[in-house]
Order: sequence, then structure tokens, then C-alpha cells
Amino acid sequence: MTEIDETLRRELQRQGVWVTKMQDLYNWGRQNSIWPLQFGLACCAIEMIATAASRYDIARFGGEVFRPSPRQADLMIVAGTVTKKMAPQIVRLYNQMADPKYVIAMGACAISGGPFKQGYNVLKGIDRYIPVDVYIPGCPPRPEALLHAFMELQRKIDSQKLTGAEKAMHLDPKQPSEFPVPKFGEHDLEPPANPDVFQPPKLERV
Amino acid sequence: MESLEQIKARIEAVIPGAKIDIVPNPGPANQRSLLIDNDHAPAIAKFLRDDPTLCLDFCSNVTGIDWLDRTVKKTAKIKKIVEGIEQEVDQITEEKIPGYLEAVYHLYSITHKHGPVIIRMRTADRAEAARVPSLTPLWRSAEFQEREIFDLYGIRFDQHPDLRRILMWDEFEDHPMRKDYREPDDYEWEPTPHDDVVEKAKQHYPQRPAEEKLKPS
Repeated sequence: MTEIDETLRRELQRQGVWVTKMQDLYNWGRQNSIWPLQFGLACCAIEMIATAASRYDIARFGGEVFRPSPRQADLMIVAGTVTKKMAPQIVRLYNQMADPKYVIAMGACAISGGPFKQGYNVLKGIDRYIPVDVYIPGCPPRPEALLHAFMELQRKIDSQKLTGAEKAMHLDPKQPSEFPVPKFGEHDLEPPANPDVFQPPKLERV
Repeated sequence: MESLEQIKARIEAVIPGAKIDIVPNPGPANQRSLLIDNDHAPAIAKFLRDDPTLCLDFCSNVTGIDWLDRTVKKTAKIKKIVEGIEQEVDQITEEKIPGYLEAVYHLYSITHKHGPVIIRMRTADRAEAARVPSLTPLWRSAEFQEREIFDLYGIRFDQHPDLRRILMWDEFEDHPMRKDYREPDDYEWEPTPHDDVVEKAKQHYPQRPAEEKLKPS
């Protein structure tokens, strides 16, 4: 069956017949009740708390239900510095979340290590171990930035396909849902990054 | 509060055999400290805490210091006969000082509102014999900070009740605050490298080849 013509759909709606697609209904439902996992790592968490509180009110976007259990959460907001000692636990929490699941890397530390990038004890970005959907720069990002990331994630969910070659990652059985948890090594985490998820940027001479 | 010389004299009178040096501080703070020997350190510390006039009942801070092997050059003027004439010549002597680690304690008195009295302990070397007696039995506040020094500098504190790593994971083997520590080589490209990062970047990426000089036409 081909897609319904947009003018025809509007005309039908004017006559009181509401036509939609399963995909649109499914995505509409999911994008408006994203439940984040309730955990914070550093000062970004304070901004995340402010976003959840009355002044910025993430409830306007359907994200107010911060779940204390990864089994009930859809979204992981990595809010703050990920130390190497904490990284295995973050990956384990991600693995424990049920599909479909999304990750927002909030703040300079979570996306790259931030001011601690050259140190020995901070992970240089959580995207070395788990796939990240939305990155927010800032140190820390303002609550508006987190809301913006949240809306970007909603747009991303809205555009996900249920069928076909470009269907969403969680509907493809070949795509991994869990990622290996790094081990504590003698000098560093082992491995220092998951090559299936992360490849360091390459310098190309022009 | 008494001067360090007075404290030193009183300790030496009470604790026979105690070896105490006063370490000068040439910096603007000019905070001198007492270097106490490891064998008598618990007794000296107990005296500092329990003596009624000192009563240093609060250990606010414990720090580690890493001293690498170093050579100290000393110049001395000596008289020498050169070509039959007596002249003053500079003679340079080099003294090799093997490396060691230090633990520094800052002590205050809450009772008398004075302080700090700074005491130091030195390890014999930077490897197997890197151990000093723990002062946690005397000041409970030293417990976590001694664990931190153990973690980051590798000083072992004898008689510490719970000497484990506190910041890094248990499987970790290095001591990151030591001056000869090298962090794992996980450099990745960044647009504005600076200082040490430039050096790392040079190791990881070949230099841009020198452009051929344009011939004047």
C-alpha cells in the first residue's frame, strides 16, 4: 500500500475521519512520555534537577517521571563527569535498560572528558562505550539546553521507522542492545574504548 | 604558641632518642616544619596531641610529596696555587640525594586556637621501603587522607586500620601523583593542542611535510 496523500488526509480529517499510520501513533506515544533514569554524576546533575523542577518543568515534554530503576527508564541522561571508576557501572546500567533506549550526553565532561580530558582518571567521553543520541555542550549546560536536547530527541524518535531497511535500532534484531562492560585494568580501563561504537577522529592532511 | 625550636627542645627532653630536624621553607609563606624520625613518630605525635600547652587536637590536612633523585651542586671558593700564584678558584661539588617520599601533617589546636604545627615524615626510598607509621590511631581525621596518599603516592602506612585505595580502583597499580607517572597513552586529536598536548600530538601524528620552496619566476 502506498502512503496516503497529505491533501486527501486533510480533507478526510475535515470530514471527521481521522487517518493515521501505526508508525506515527507509536512514535507519538513514545516521544511524549520519555522517562529518564534518575541518576547524576556531577554539577550537570544540578542543572538536570533544575530542569525537572517547576521553573523549567520538563513535565511539559512528558519527561517528568524520573525512574530510580533502569528497567523502567527510556532515557539515560549522562549528567556530569564520567570517571574511569564509574564508567563500567554506567555501561551496566545502560545494558539493564529495556529497549527502546536513548542516551543524552550532557555537558563537556560526558561528551569528551571536558576540562579533565588530559587527566588520568576521567573517561574521555561516554560515547567510547555506549551509543549517544544527543550531545549537549556546555559546562554545565543551562536547563534550556537540556530541554532543547530533549526536543531534539523527540524529533529523532518521531522520525524513526518501524519497518524497512532504515528501521529503528531497537527493532533490528541484528543490532546490539547491550555493550561489553569495560574491566578495571592495571593502568587503564580494558579496553580503553569499544571499537564497535567509537573510533578516534583521524587527521587528514589536505 | 611556642616556636618550633622550643617544641623541638621539649620533645627531645621528653622522648629520648627522638631525632627532629627543622625544615626551612624559603618560600613567601615561610612555614617551617618539623621532620620527625619514623621510629619515634607515634610517640612524638602523641606528645604533640596530649601536651597541655600545645594540645594539637586537630589534624586538618595530610599531604604527600614526591622527591625524585636529585643532585645538588655546591660551589665553594678554595685557594689554589695556579702557576705559582695563589688564586681563589670555584670548586663545584655534586651531592647525589636519592629520592624519597614525604607525608606532611598540618596540626591545629581547637582548644587553644593556635596552629598550624607542621610535621613531616620521610620514607627510606621510593620503592619497597616507602613506608611510614600511620598517625590515624591518634587523629582519626587522617584515615582517609592517608589512604589517599597510599593511593596516589604509594606510601604504605604501618598500623593504618584500613589501608586500601580510596580514589582509584583496587586493580590499579600505578601511583598517579608521583612525578615519574605516565598516564595511559590514549591521546586523540583535538583542534587546539597546547603545552604537553602539543608534544603528545607530535608523537601521534607525523609533521606536515615542508612545502617545496617556490622558485622565483
